[in-house]
Amino acid sequence: MIELVNVSKRFGDAAVLSSVTGRIEEGEIFAIMGPSGVGKSTLLRLLCLLDTPTGGEIRINGIDIHAKGEQNLRTRRMIGMVFQKPAVFNSTVSENIAVGLWFRGVGKAAIREKVGDALEMVGLAGYGERRARTLSGGEMQRVALARAMVIEPEILLMDEPTANLDPVSVEKIEELARHINRDLGTTIVLSTHDMYQGQRLAHRIGVLMNGGFAQVGTPREVFTVPASRDVARFIGIENIIAGTVVAGGNGTSAIDVGGTRVRARSSFGEGEEVCLCIRSEDMRIVPAVGGEAVLDGNSLPGTVASIVPRGPFSRVTVDCGFTLSSVLSWKVVDDLEIREGSRVVVSFAAESVHVVRATHLHAPGRV
Amino acid sequence: MYEIIEGFLEAARLIITLDPDVMAIAARSIIVSFTATIFATLIAVPLGAAINFGTFPGKRSLINLIQTLYALPTVIVGLLIFLLISRVGPFGSLRLLFTPTAMIIAQTVLILPIMTGLTISALSGVDPVIRDTLYSLGATRLQFLTNIMKEARFAILAAVAVGFGRAISEVGAAILVGGNIMASSFMGSTRVLTTAISLETSMGNIPQSIALGIVLLVIALGVNLAITTVQHR
Repeated sequence: MIELVNVSKRFGDAAVLSSVTGRIEEGEIFAIMGPSGVGKSTLLRLLCLLDTPTGGEIRINGIDIHAKGEQNLRTRRMIGMVFQKPAVFNSTVSENIAVGLWFRGVGKAAIREKVGDALEMVGLAGYGERRARTLSGGEMQRVALARAMVIEPEILLMDEPTANLDPVSVEKIEELARHINRDLGTTIVLSTHDMYQGQRLAHRIGVLMNGGFAQVGTPREVFTVPASRDVARFIGIENIIAGTVVAGGNGTSAIDVGGTRVRARSSFGEGEEVCLCIRSEDMRIVPAVGGEAVLDGNSLPGTVASIVPRGPFSRVTVDCGFTLSSVLSWKVVDDLEIREGSRVVVSFAAESVHVVRATHLHAPGRV
Repeated sequence: MYEIIEGFLEAARLIITLDPDVMAIAARSIIVSFTATIFATLIAVPLGAAINFGTFPGKRSLINLIQTLYALPTVIVGLLIFLLISRVGPFGSLRLLFTPTAMIIAQTVLILPIMTGLTISALSGVDPVIRDTLYSLGATRLQFLTNIMKEARFAILAAVAVGFGRAISEVGAAILVGGNIMASSFMGSTRVLTTAISLETSMGNIPQSIALGIVLLVIALGVNLAITTVQHR
């Protein structure tokens, strides 16, 4: 189990991590997600003892790994790491994979067997005698993974392991990560800026923002109930609108958005400043005539402001006092005869509106 | 013009017939410069590693100084060693002046800065991800150092080749501390390729000079070929 307690890291005047607090359980895949430059790599480097935190503590199985006099080498030897940039030593593939075993004084016969197994695992059997530098980026990254795994670490850290790879290699690396976690029980902490990768792989996700975790939860929690406006934006919710609660109670609120009232399921009280998060797929746009009202929901009349093509879909933006946008297929747009300037009704259920507090999250999110 | 063509033909004859004088001078050159390169390597590689991986005040300035010394004039090194080992110098009692040993010392000193500097470049040129990877694989300090050296081996080898090239091609220090002596015993003599070319040319023995010059170039070419072959393997 890894515990992060108020971990901070500064480089000169720049505070990269201000206060990261969280727990990573044994045997889980934990994804650190967040926009580029938010400090994901820095956090992993602190975990791997490649850097020392400016403040706070990182405990692995209860031991502060950065404490003075702590068995630095022993800690390092229970952690394996795969870096973003595929990097191999200038030797053969087998020699690359064997390095960690040489460091530990493992015997020749055992090395040969373990390296063979590792090659097999990453699907590079028969590549052992090749010069590692002649491999493709995806193959190099698999060598890096085999090299980190052959030493049987308790914890595997992966820093954006697929950021520079082609889609097929990405799939292979993800498959291997899943296999390593499931069949070998290795705790995996990976960082990614690809929210779908986090969703595909992780048991839990920590969204890193403004120097701390803005939210920690299962992929389902993070993607359906984002904890803040920033998280909502990061996970790709198209409509994030500021408003004020004007009436609340019984788990339902009426929220005033620039003069228009929106009904939402929320427990915020009257007078609170909030943000509404509405996914475009939860919204319906129909022509103003014959538009049916949604029971216990919202039906907002408006004018189509723009229709922008997006692959096989069109992004339709409607002005109903504030702007809402939704993605419709071309066929639907044609069938409903929606054009720029058309009068339409946008409808969505109160349950589809996720309400978060409006304040920007500068303080670290407690987990 | 005729004289030059004549000179080349005579030079070819001297080389093809393995003229004993030319071969002895060439062999001495190789022995002296090769020995100097070995000594310089034994000092420059650990020193370069210590400077590269160490953190101490004035590190940047020290590296600048070393790089400045790349251009150390050979006669200055010759003069310095001459002063140290001449009969009135502090090491005069060792009676090293005008011996191959003196030339080895001078050449070692001469190529030390460039080999140290290039070793530092070679080590600092290793991809930071490789360094992080070694560390994350649980390397001890010593394992880390040896493996970084291993990664930088070709660049370090190039540093050695540059050092050897500078040693075998210099003439100033060799003539000052060696004296360009041709004695009866092989190691009692201090005439090497460069000093011999200088002498023969001034005496008008152009064919001899051209032959020695060609041998010098062939040795340099051979060393370079050997290095490139290893690097491309």
